Amino acid sequence: MPKRSDIKKVMVIGSGPIVIGQAAEFDYAGTQACRSLKEEGVEVCLVNSNPATIMTDKEIADQVYIEPLTVDVLKQIIIKEKPDSLLPTLGGQAGLNLGMELAESGFLAEQGVKLIGTTAETIFRAEDRQAFKDTMEKLGEPVAASLVVNTVEDGIKFTNTIGYPVVLRPAYTLGGSGGGIAHNQAELVEILTNGLRLSRVHEVLVERCIAGWKEIEYEVMRDANGNCITVCNMENIDPVGVHTGDSIVVAPSQTLGDKEYQMLRTSALRIIDELGITGGCNVQYALHPESFEYCVIEVNPRVSRSSALASKATGYPIAKVAAKIALGYTLDEIPNAITKKTFASFEPMLDYCVVKIPRLPFDKFITATRKLTTQMKATGEVMSICNNFEGALMKAIRSLEQHVDSLMSYDFCNMTDEELNEALTVVDDRRIYCIAEALRRGVSYEKIHNITQIDIWFIDKIKILVEMEQRLASEELTVELLKEAKRIEFPDNVIAQLNGKLTEEQVRKMRYDNGIVAAYKMVDTCAAEFDAMTPYYYSVYGSENEAVKTNDRKKVLVLGSGPIRIGQGVEFDYCSVHATWAFAKEGWETVIVNNNPETVSTDFDIADKLYFEPLTNEDVESIVNLEKPDGAIVQFGGQTAIKLTEHLMKIGVPILGTKAEDVDAAEDRELFDEILEQTQIPRAAGGTVFTAEEAKEVANRLGYPVLVRPSYVLGGQGMQIAFNDEEIEMFMDIINQIAQDHPILVDKYLQGKEIEVDAICDGENILIPGIMEHIERTGIHSGDSISVYPAHTISQDIKDKIVDYTERLAKALHVLGMINIQFIAMDGEVYVIEVNPRSSRTVPYISKVTGIPIVDLAAKAILGHKITDMGYKPGLQPEADYIAIKMPVFSFEKLRGAEISLGPEMKSTGECLGIAKTFEEALYKAFLGAGVVLPKYKQMIITVKDADKPEALEVAKRFEKLGYTIYATRSTAKYLQDGGVDARWVNKITQESPNVMDLILGHKIDLVIDTPTQGHGDKTRDGFLIRRNAIETGINCITAMDTAVALATSLESATTEYTLVDVAKI
Amino acid sequence: MKAFLILEDGTVFEGTSIGSTREVISEIVFNTSMTGYLEVLTDPSYAGQAVCMTYPLIGNYGITPDMESGRPWPDGFIVRELSRIPSNFRCQGTIQDFLVKHDIPGIAGIDTRALTKILRDRGTMNGMITTNENYNFEEIQPKLKAYQTGDVVSKVTCESKSVLPGAGKKVALLDFGAKKNIAKSLNDRGCEVTIYPAHTKAEEILKTNPDGIMLSNGPGDPKDCGPIIDEVRKLYESNTPIFAICLGHQLMALATGADTHKLKYGHRGGNHPVKDLETGHVYISSQNHGYVVDTDKLDPKVATPAFVNVNDGTNEGLKYTGKNIFTVQFHPEACPGPQDSGYLFDRFIKMMGGNQ
Repeated sequence: MPKRSDIKKVMVIGSGPIVIGQAAEFDYAGTQACRSLKEEGVEVCLVNSNPATIMTDKEIADQVYIEPLTVDVLKQIIIKEKPDSLLPTLGGQAGLNLGMELAESGFLAEQGVKLIGTTAETIFRAEDRQAFKDTMEKLGEPVAASLVVNTVEDGIKFTNTIGYPVVLRPAYTLGGSGGGIAHNQAELVEILTNGLRLSRVHEVLVERCIAGWKEIEYEVMRDANGNCITVCNMENIDPVGVHTGDSIVVAPSQTLGDKEYQMLRTSALRIIDELGITGGCNVQYALHPESFEYCVIEVNPRVSRSSALASKATGYPIAKVAAKIALGYTLDEIPNAITKKTFASFEPMLDYCVVKIPRLPFDKFITATRKLTTQMKATGEVMSICNNFEGALMKAIRSLEQHVDSLMSYDFCNMTDEELNEALTVVDDRRIYCIAEALRRGVSYEKIHNITQIDIWFIDKIKILVEMEQRLASEELTVELLKEAKRIEFPDNVIAQLNGKLTEEQVRKMRYDNGIVAAYKMVDTCAAEFDAMTPYYYSVYGSENEAVKTNDRKKVLVLGSGPIRIGQGVEFDYCSVHATWAFAKEGWETVIVNNNPETVSTDFDIADKLYFEPLTNEDVESIVNLEKPDGAIVQFGGQTAIKLTEHLMKIGVPILGTKAEDVDAAEDRELFDEILEQTQIPRAAGGTVFTAEEAKEVANRLGYPVLVRPSYVLGGQGMQIAFNDEEIEMFMDIINQIAQDHPILVDKYLQGKEIEVDAICDGENILIPGIMEHIERTGIHSGDSISVYPAHTISQDIKDKIVDYTERLAKALHVLGMINIQFIAMDGEVYVIEVNPRSSRTVPYISKVTGIPIVDLAAKAILGHKITDMGYKPGLQPEADYIAIKMPVFSFEKLRGAEISLGPEMKSTGECLGIAKTFEEALYKAFLGAGVVLPKYKQMIITVKDADKPEALEVAKRFEKLGYTIYATRSTAKYLQDGGVDARWVNKITQESPNVMDLILGHKIDLVIDTPTQGHGDKTRDGFLIRRNAIETGINCITAMDTAVALATSLESATTEYTLVDVAKI
Repeated sequence: MKAFLILEDGTVFEGTSIGSTREVISEIVFNTSMTGYLEVLTDPSYAGQAVCMTYPLIGNYGITPDMESGRPWPDGFIVRELSRIPSNFRCQGTIQDFLVKHDIPGIAGIDTRALTKILRDRGTMNGMITTNENYNFEEIQPKLKAYQTGDVVSKVTCESKSVLPGAGKKVALLDFGAKKNIAKSLNDRGCEVTIYPAHTKAEEILKTNPDGIMLSNGPGDPKDCGPIIDEVRKLYESNTPIFAICLGHQLMALATGADTHKLKYGHRGGNHPVKDLETGHVYISSQNHGYVVDTDKLDPKVATPAFVNVNDGTNEGLKYTGKNIFTVQFHPEACPGPQDSGYLFDRFIKMMGGNQ
């Protein structure tokens, strides 16, 4: 069937801010789909509130609206832009829900807009619990027996019919709170009672427990003709019970025979056919490990995280094909972009093995529980490819950048056997390391399997790695042993460490002397059956190399930013991709190295060559040996790429742009102090230390409070404000849990207005696209602050100083390319907080709202072009006509036990934008985009520390004026009452009911303003409990007074008529 | 123990011996299925060939009851890595023991992707698997070049007639090396299936008045089956409904005046898209064939294409004009591979006047 002629302009909905469970994969899918639509001559109108994405570039869509993703906003855009079709299947669950609401309300029909890619009925039948159950029953596809109950009695009655254990899932609670597995009636009563209380609608789903079954997923595609294919299947190493996003996943399945494989494949095709999906779909199964019994767990009638993984694992571009199908093409009409000979109507065949490991944020949230459940907690993931499972696992482990490089990296060797047995029962991110330790001690496969339910095949593979550890530690390193160790991807440093006599360099030399080098194989979708054109490579040892020399153009190595984590998000992928495009435009051959399957940069048609590899010194060196690039670009890949600089230089790869020694000068305290001295720029006094004793000495000299932080980190990891010696000791202890190569910085903490700039330097002149100002005072990480462009409350004098300091610093550091600087403005003076001679998190946002292609210009500057030749006047650029506000977005509800109060360590997972003609509207839109949709019940709780009480009073007055009823605990209530606010006094948690907790669980509170007692050592468990319970029941919770003021301002100017800004026209 | 795979063009792969250590010369082919190595091993169509699995991890679930015949048929088995332990609730043993028991040699630890690329680029060729480190290529090469699969159908067909009882249609299945699931697919649909040896005379079958005749898959070059082709022609003329798969499809084409030719490297795997030319619908099919029917020389009065391969446009099925006969190149019986085209068995039963 050829392309439909009635589709000329399509609106695509993105997935909004990055949150746990909805991350960069939708930028990848959306970008690919938009390009695919444009390729067909279709006009694309894109809406996404996330400014850090590539899909919101004007190169990707014709009209770009970075607006809050709400039904009202979408309606207004549809009226303005008049698309003829709406494609809702690319924006994750958020996009799908919006598409569904627009369709169900009749608005789309009214406006003559077609829903393409799926129908409202399809979405309903896949998403509605009852409709889904009915559909599966009609097909004869089994689902786990379940019932929604409203009383404990009904729960017991139902459980008695299906048998224990059962899973309990309260409706409308976040982060899986209140849920659990009940093995007997006592547990059932306990969990159910609590779950019903937590649920806003007083509903809990009681479901047959299939924990421990194999979890298998299929990615399927279907066109309007009913042609169906499966792209890939995947097997979770962690059995059912752990969210697939938090599981270690292997593709294709390893422990299924053809009979099981085809049984589930046929089922998946029947389901997609029955639902009538046109596009991609994901079906998840639980397969009984000892029979052919299975259950359909879930169907996602859209592209998903798993489809991004499947695309990268196979080379089959699911989103691209889904977009073409939405336009009316059939699978046999769509060419296979990899082979260019065959068509999209085939099934990829892998001749390698893919392993995905989730990137979990427990290094950021040390108080959060590490336990993995059906609630996803990972912020990102890494993928690796090898021709054996052991190798793929080893490569994935070292791709995580969590100080892990082998199965010995989490050390369980000090545990007693009993403790280890106990540890094996814990389902967390360290489980494979724990299994490895058990295997080292000779625990049997059966025993480990019985405890973990992990298939013995995988346990044996871990054992093979353990055996190699033992051989490397006990035997002489022969060429044969080295070959075998490399075949299963032991890195040289681990081999050296185990060997104990040789250094990493000696191991590497031994490899090179004996020709033991990495070879690269191609991902070609067809197991070499057809000749493929796409240079998408992975490394193996002991095989023939396929990566071919391309041409004699100058060649640049672009180092990606690895897994998405808090502090290093999709922004850095945006920068890497744009840098690649910029170099290509300048005639360079581009080579990308990255290991993140969710990103645009790892799409096979972004660079001339893609190496899907870990970003470690050794892995990058292997690529360099083959590709011999003329230079490497590290300033766009975040800290991941920066960390590789030293080694790249050592092996003779020129670093393009700012030199490594200048990067060092910005990070190294003493060197940087010299530069500040030389440029006469003030900063907060401070010193460098290694030990707690030194830290206390510096802190006492400076006077408390002080800022404590490790150097060379992103996102303020480990950064804290200390108010006394005790806290210093605690923080130093936490920082030093990971061996520090660099000193720790202790600075006087200055509380002022925080200002940020990104600038481009061509060696002579600088270009500052704009100055950003933070709403929150210093002390809260810049990534967690609300950022306003253009800076609207600072004087011209301060702005001039900032421009001047930026220029001085850029020159003193010999910056060529990007620089990011954070300043404090206090009492008319400007201080430098930190300087990063690299691209930053704010670059995509500022590029979009100023219309200045920052990365492109920076890349050109690196290549020797001058700012004046690029059509710009050096210095600060004229301010835009719009106010653009970047709002941080958090995922606290997903991380049980995580401390949500903001501080110098970054905690947000994503961001959204509010852009408008006025500050107030921009602020309102920014809050709306972040999901703060108020007012609802007009009731709020205020409980603040003493220092914040005067400001809290002002805020309370404003909320009271907005019609809010204000509850407060004793001392806050008294203060507010004395100040004339009709605050209602409510008991503390520890006091008798009704207390503040009952209020929260009454589900009638809009907002909690809770500023924690200063310092990390927040011993008032009350505050912590209030904040956690507020978050888990879906209440907005604010922990900084500046944010509360901003929210009041936003609500005072609430509007339903929005100025809609087409960012593509800026 | 070391083993070598020596190709007739002189390429040598060094690996580890698996299965029997005996030396073997055969035609080297590759299969891209990611699961179903056991069904591949027991598919009689591989007689006279040594199979290389492109998926690198083989033997993960060991030996299960999922066999398409009573024994493994390939002359040799070529894999990247044989799993050290199998894991499956139905596992009855390991590939290694299975190969040893049936005296089939193999080689593991070679770069199977490099081998596949050679076969893809230069075409299917002959080769030797040996554990003799002191081989002399000059001596071996003429033997490799001389190797032919020959009349392998006679080797793989059943010795005597057998019957799978059923209350429905009576189907005569001519066994050229039939995979078990063909008979089972019919039997599961209620058919009484009588399985005949390949060289059974047409008269013997026709005199039982079957409701339909099923021509099975099988190994080798269809043109090596001269006497069988003559019998197939008689079946064609009988007006009995006929359904044929793979070799059966090729034999029917040859019997009715069409021609076949050898593909450069064949189709072997579970991901081949075939398009039903009547409906335009595309099915993913299981395939295993080195030869194909020439459509240019097809006489539309005799037969017209019914299925085409979406990848390379080769013929995948024929509809016989004025006859109750249709034949397919691919494997609707699956095993291994997708079950998408299983509906063709229903179509056959309908053709015989059944209710399915």
